[in-house]
Amino acid sequence: MSAELRELYQSMILDHYKKPRNYGRPPGADREAEGVNPLCGDHVHVYAKLQDDRVAEVGFEGSGCAISTAAASLMTQAVKGHTTAEVRELFERYHELVTGRGDVDPESLGKLAVLAGVREFPARVKCATLAWHALRAALEGAGEPVSTE
Amino acid sequence: MSTPFTDVELARIRADFPVLDQKAHGKPLVYLDSAASTQKPRVVIDAISRLYAEDYANVHRGVYQLAERATRAFESGREATRRLLHAPDAREVVLLRGTTEAINLVAQSWGRSNVGPGDEILITAMEHHSNIVPWQMLCAERGAKLVVAPIDDDGALIVEELERRVGPRTRLVSVVHVSNALGTVNPVREIVEIAHAAGARVLVDGAQAVARMAVDVREIACDFYAFSGHKLYGPSGIGALWGRAELLEAMPPWQGGGEMIESVSFEKTTYAKFPHKFEAGTPHIAGGPGLAAAIDYLESAGVERVGAHEDALLAYATEAVREVPGLRLIGTAPVKAGVLGFVIDGVHAHDVGTILDREGVAVRAGHHCAQPVMKRFGVPATVRASFGIYNSREDVDALVRGLHTVVEVFA
Repeated sequence: MSAELRELYQSMILDHYKKPRNYGRPPGADREAEGVNPLCGDHVHVYAKLQDDRVAEVGFEGSGCAISTAAASLMTQAVKGHTTAEVRELFERYHELVTGRGDVDPESLGKLAVLAGVREFPARVKCATLAWHALRAALEGAGEPVSTE
Repeated sequence: MSTPFTDVELARIRADFPVLDQKAHGKPLVYLDSAASTQKPRVVIDAISRLYAEDYANVHRGVYQLAERATRAFESGREATRRLLHAPDAREVVLLRGTTEAINLVAQSWGRSNVGPGDEILITAMEHHSNIVPWQMLCAERGAKLVVAPIDDDGALIVEELERRVGPRTRLVSVVHVSNALGTVNPVREIVEIAHAAGARVLVDGAQAVARMAVDVREIACDFYAFSGHKLYGPSGIGALWGRAELLEAMPPWQGGGEMIESVSFEKTTYAKFPHKFEAGTPHIAGGPGLAAAIDYLESAGVERVGAHEDALLAYATEAVREVPGLRLIGTAPVKAGVLGFVIDGVHAHDVGTILDREGVAVRAGHHCAQPVMKRFGVPATVRASFGIYNSREDVDALVRGLHTVVEVFA
């Protein structure tokens, strides 16, 4: 098995895939959006409860590959308690991490850094960002499903 | 009964395909995605290149020698198609971009003049999106109804259920010859008999069939047959619709433009005869000789031997993947061709595809443009390994090794 594969499918990612955190609709959720990848049929539904512009509760449902499920699970942990502006900024840095563009320090992203291996798999960037796109749509209140295409 | 290729024959065939001689992620490339598109033998690449290097001009209009040669080269694709399908007359072959365009042509031209409110179009539950969506569009426009014949848990068409759905309002039965997602081979001759007995026409989507079985449209007795060049070792962007002469004759033109006219004035335009009536605009000229070269290649190898070769590989692979823990085949119809579809417990198809890719093995992971099939089997996606003339048992062995890596990663 190649080193890239080992990095992509490291234990924390498989753990979040097999036991996704914050799975389901949290009570009191007042924002939601759906993300779909029409190329593979993956879909994710992201829910959030905003309090004073902070993400008080967040959860997701859906079916997808290990990368998209783990990315969604890790995302919910990373954004909880943050303001919408902070979430937006975090998504930008996370996007740089998984695409390998920009010079973001993986350490600054905490646990999200485990997804850095995605940069070696350009075809999988959409998997790693699907839930994030849905979260952004939910927080912006657009309410329209977002698509990777 | 045709026999599979010998090792010596297979080695010679593999050498005909330059693309196979490369590495993927440092491993020898194992191409198991021929159901999506086949690779091209040198003779096809050369035929396309020769057209541009020696014989290129626009077709069907120049009076000079070069244009005559270009026209002859392009038309060789039509004659080769006639031979491939055992059609009585090359004029019944409309050269188009591929299967999708062929089905859309029938929907838009034949459909608009033959399908009215309350009429029905019957398809099966295993169709590719290209044999679903054009009919949905037609039905929405004409107030007609799309009816779907179900498949069983093995992915085989339930013929009695299809028969029950054929009625006086059925105008057309449009059915795939070989399913791209499941590999199921449909009993098209029997379907034609059922449909014709009720006065319905039949279109057969032959995209996955033509490269692995002898097709005789007179024997199938269908009314339309469609296929794509790129799935039988030819170029993409060229394919054909075969239709019965009397149907093509009566069908109105589809797209308007050059090539499809007899004379044009601002008061009145008269149309060319079929097939040119359906071939507006400058076609994919190099596709003509490319398609002809591909059909020649397939014929010299023997399409039935290609089928026998792939059947042997499919049987070998079906047995070999049984040792992969948690693997479940999707598509186990008694008569199958060319396709091994499966899922692995607890592992998404895309992750399987990514891991196999790093092992040099190219497979398709996804819904295969057949989302209703995925829904029928309750899976979001499947992994599909599909075979071509050039695949070997070693390719299957590499697939199985890769699948063990998948299981190891997700253990």
